Amino acid sequence: MSSLPASIDSVRTARPVTVRSDSARKATALTDSTGEKEAVAGAASTALATQQERVDGLPSALRTVDLRAWYGSTEALHGITLPFPERRVTAIIGPSGCGKSTLLRCLNRMHELSPGGRVAGQVLLGEEDVYGPDVDPVEMRRHVGMVFQRPNPFPTMSIFDNVAAALRWTGMRGRAAVAQRVEEALRMAALWDEVKDRLHENALGLSGGQQQRLCIARALAVEPRILLMDEPASALDPISTGHVEELIQQLKQKYTIIIVTHNMQQAARVSDYTVFMLLGELVEFAPTEKLFTTPSDPRSEAYITGRFG
Amino acid sequence: MNQPNQATMSALIYQRRRWTDRLMTLLTTLAVLVAVVPLFGILIYVLIQGASVINWDFFSKLPTPVGEPGGGMLNALVGSTILVVLAAAIGLPIGLFSAIYLAEYGHGRLATAIRFVTEVLNGVPSIVVGIFAYAIVVRPLHHFSALAGGIALGLMMIPTVTRTAEEMIRMVPNSLREAGLALGLPRWRVIVSIVLPTAANGIITGIMLAIARISGETAPLLFTALNNSFLSVNLLQPVSSLPVQIYTYATTPYEELHRMAWGAAFVLVMIVLVVNMVTRLLTRSGYHMHR
Repeated sequence: MSSLPASIDSVRTARPVTVRSDSARKATALTDSTGEKEAVAGAASTALATQQERVDGLPSALRTVDLRAWYGSTEALHGITLPFPERRVTAIIGPSGCGKSTLLRCLNRMHELSPGGRVAGQVLLGEEDVYGPDVDPVEMRRHVGMVFQRPNPFPTMSIFDNVAAALRWTGMRGRAAVAQRVEEALRMAALWDEVKDRLHENALGLSGGQQQRLCIARALAVEPRILLMDEPASALDPISTGHVEELIQQLKQKYTIIIVTHNMQQAARVSDYTVFMLLGELVEFAPTEKLFTTPSDPRSEAYITGRFG
Repeated sequence: MNQPNQATMSALIYQRRRWTDRLMTLLTTLAVLVAVVPLFGILIYVLIQGASVINWDFFSKLPTPVGEPGGGMLNALVGSTILVVLAAAIGLPIGLFSAIYLAEYGHGRLATAIRFVTEVLNGVPSIVVGIFAYAIVVRPLHHFSALAGGIALGLMMIPTVTRTAEEMIRMVPNSLREAGLALGLPRWRVIVSIVLPTAANGIITGIMLAIARISGETAPLLFTALNNSFLSVNLLQPVSSLPVQIYTYATTPYEELHRMAWGAAFVLVMIVLVVNMVTRLLTRSGYHMHR
């Protein structure tokens, strides 16, 4: 326990005992699978860090507790316990197929819509388990927005309607109110100046990067608390990628952002915390700078230095 | 291997390939001609035979007794319209809702069964559909009626509409459904406001083609809607229709009626042609689905 990084705030450990034992079990499992001494310390500190409600004194906007996910009979996530600090950017990295997108899709209950998708464990949004029996996934998704890998504006709608549609359908009334919210969302997505004169043109007339920012505006318009981004820049050119990354920096003042990326430089540039995953397991969760300079787990180091993946 | 020999060899090979290429190009071109010539043959023949009887009377007057000059096809035009509208009223909702179910919700054994049944229904000869409508509508009501004809044609529309609409709905990228669901929209809203508008062009094309197809059907009408020499808009009375009128006139010995039949055939072909072209034009612009 003395090997705990100083950054972890252990004042509040309100999680019940079961979670501790889960973490402990995971720590042992990791030890068994790696058999390396350093890994024990790394896994143990990760396990402890991830059961905290607060990280660096920050409350967690979202936490997962022993989250497991399946595609049919294949288990894709093997018990992930993680905090996502509020108003910070957390990046999830790892090689293809490590479960990072699955993890993201579990957070807003999109995974269960995939064929054979099944989830166990908890995702706590504030104090509420989004997989709880009384939770309506449709209602819940309004609080957790999502931006996808490829820009997916609604093709039959104008730029304005792409943002306004969800507002109207979720019960917002009044043209002026809707128009105002659309403008706010487009401004937040740093798109307003580029589209304000062509709001009623088809959204497909925008460039790929603009379309992606439109999708971000669309997600922001319904005022979520958390924004999930699944490789949001992987289909974009470097300049558009730069725009999106700048945008992420601005958005974190208001939103908790969780971004999946296969681009380690991007993770290093935009995120405050980084999660490294491998084969459906959580390997390491740490402040980005620490993970990229002095990773605790030898596997993180191997991945970051490009020895595999 | 000696070099000169190899060079001759490859020259021979290339020559053979060139000839094979020419032969195959010729064969495919011939096949296209064989396919297209009858089509234009029909169009031109119908035009020559039928266009001369087309005048205002043809559209606005009822048939005159044999031997009396003049007269028109008003009864058949009105009857065909009634039948097609009835068929659409029955076939479209059932076909569309089935398509939505199959494309959006159908994954299990039930969906496979429905898909199979739809395919079978699509292959059922139209005369059999007519007999079925006769049995369930004409027999209980004790007389032929527009309703029976409309039901027969509507039944024929269902599989066509279901299959094309299902295909079109399936072509809508899943990423759009996910975008809607991730915004916190309920499933029905995603289908009604995102998926269907995106697939609308294709669905409308499918519907128009189905309508064009049934408007030329004769067999299922012979013992359902029957025929009527007078103007009737009563759904429970027999009505005339263009295809049945063509059949009736063509089988009489009177030259004059033969000419009227050609005129009706011309009108029918033009309707199908115009419906097809208008559909193409309407759906050409707008969103083309691409992944």
